[in-house]
Amino acid sequence: MNQQIKNSTEQVPSEVMSPSSDMETFIKVINFNFFYGKKQTLFNINFAIPTKHVTSFIGPSGSGKSTLLRNFNRMNELLPGVRHEGDIAIDGKSIFDASIEIIALRRRIGMVFQKSNPFPRSIYENVVFPLRIMGRNKRSLLNETVERSLRSVALWDEVKDRLHENALGLSGGQMQRLCIARAISSQPEILLMDEPCSALDPIATAKIEELIVELKKEFTIVIVTHSMQQASRVSDLTAFFNFGKLIEFDHTHRIFTAPIEKQTEDYITGRFG
Amino acid sequence: MSVPAFIPQNRYRPRRDYFRSLCWIAAVMIILLLGFIIDEIFTRALPAIHHYGWHFLTSSEWRPNRDLYGVLPMLFGTAVSSFLALLLALPLGLAVALFLSENFLPRPMRQLMRMIVEMLAATPSVVYGLWGIFTLVPLVQHYGGIVAHHWGWIPFLHGPAYGNSLFTASLVLALMVLPTITAISRAALVAIPDTFREGAYALGATRWETIIRVLLPYAAPGIVAASILAFGRAMGETMAVAMLIGNSQRLTLSLFSPSNTLSALLANQFSEAEGLQINALMYAALILIMLTLGTNIIGELVLRRTQKALGGGHCL
Ligand SMILES: Nc1ncnc2c1ncn2[C@@H]1O[C@H](COP(=O)(O)OP(=O)(O)OP(=O)(O)O)[C@@H](O)[C@H]1O
Ligand SMILES: [Mg+2]
Repeated sequence: MNQQIKNSTEQVPSEVMSPSSDMETFIKVINFNFFYGKKQTLFNINFAIPTKHVTSFIGPSGSGKSTLLRNFNRMNELLPGVRHEGDIAIDGKSIFDASIEIIALRRRIGMVFQKSNPFPRSIYENVVFPLRIMGRNKRSLLNETVERSLRSVALWDEVKDRLHENALGLSGGQMQRLCIARAISSQPEILLMDEPCSALDPIATAKIEELIVELKKEFTIVIVTHSMQQASRVSDLTAFFNFGKLIEFDHTHRIFTAPIEKQTEDYITGRFG
Repeated sequence: MSVPAFIPQNRYRPRRDYFRSLCWIAAVMIILLLGFIIDEIFTRALPAIHHYGWHFLTSSEWRPNRDLYGVLPMLFGTAVSSFLALLLALPLGLAVALFLSENFLPRPMRQLMRMIVEMLAATPSVVYGLWGIFTLVPLVQHYGGIVAHHWGWIPFLHGPAYGNSLFTASLVLALMVLPTITAISRAALVAIPDTFREGAYALGATRWETIIRVLLPYAAPGIVAASILAFGRAMGETMAVAMLIGNSQRLTLSLFSPSNTLSALLANQFSEAEGLQINALMYAALILIMLTLGTNIIGELVLRRTQKALGGGHCL
């Protein structure tokens, strides 16, 4: 079932939103426009991200991938003068609804940044940070969480003897895995990753890619990447963005073997620009 | 020093060496100057050191007419006024630093606030002193009296309450060290990359939690440095203190009594001193300079250790 998204302003028929009817929609983006001040950076985005799969966002620099990703947990609202039109629904409910608390929303969504950002505290405290701010301080729960989270990012064996040492003493790849552990420690539903491997060497990258494939059993994962190989290795679905528009959204293997749009083909074959 | 042969050496070396020598000369001169000052003070203090020895530090008698000199009350006054000033200024200074570094206020208001704090730093000491005489002295006399009346049983709070007192001096000192604390803490906070703020917010932290759990620990070395420098500054501060502290050489343990500090003692007595009194004052000056130097050295050490614990040299 191969299809494309037209950037039309009229109501989008629901069947074009998701590439596959056997996938259950989790995040739904509806007629979404976004503005930094006067400058519009996203144009009428419509699509649906399925639950417990990996969806990757690809596209040239400045095409709006990060901007869209940061709308899912409303991180853009930290910036002054931003504005959106349209809607994003998670699990059937608008995230912009007045009844939604932004703090609660962010606690349902883990986020991993391009540059790893462990806090200048112990490894242990980094992992339990989300629990602490939720007021969960029971020692046994924290210990359990630390072991489970670090195990699921394959970091446990490397750091189990120095959990109370400062996290800034870890290697770059370890720090990034720690940040993933921190993002999933309070068991969110969605994991957003913005170029999580761009500062890592190939071995650390391979580890994180393995991890992503592993984690999709539990989480709905959206990953922004500049690496075509990475997108094709880890993701089930791929969305191609250009100039703030969603050009094509489909099963990853179709995007990479038989794209419909010329722009997509040019981009993935490197004939872009 | 071995340098790989393929690097063209002679092209850059001459300039760098001039600059280096210049830096060395400047550094050596600063050390010489400090040594010269300490030596001068030490030589002049020597007769008093011989005469009074360590007793100078433990005696609380300061009677020039009988050539009895002891600086315990001034040591006490210096330590307490500086510590109290720090205690009062630190929360306020940190709050202002946070206001200036985080986006609580729109940018123009932040700039205005920063300017006001800088103006505080630029205000001459004597102006603080005059302002203190007209506003703080009556206030402390009035409210100090009330506090001493009701809570006089608490140590350090007993009456009678005077306007020119240790507490008045501490208040004005707090104002005077506020810019130091604010400026250095703000620099430490501003140096924190936004990725840490974003990281905390993305995990669902509120602004308050972000500040308490991420930003303040991160800026801790800077804040420690700010506090120690402020303490050092408060110990050395002279004019305003001399105008407000009451200049009493008697050791009293109440914050509302007149007291004295080493620096205020020097300022008040030096112009009329003669004979052994000059040597005694130089002895006091030597102690003051040792205290401020010591504070700064301890500060450096603490700063370095904190930085190490936090994983390396960021900011400052
Ligand atoms: N804070 C901001 N203020 C104003 N404009 C911004 C801001 N952040 C991004 N933009 C603009 O929005 C557009 C989309 O940026 P975005 O960061 O989403 O692109 P991207 O696809 O993630 O690019 P990259 O691959 O380089 O990360 C760009 O034109 C960018 O200049
Ligand atoms: Mg980006």
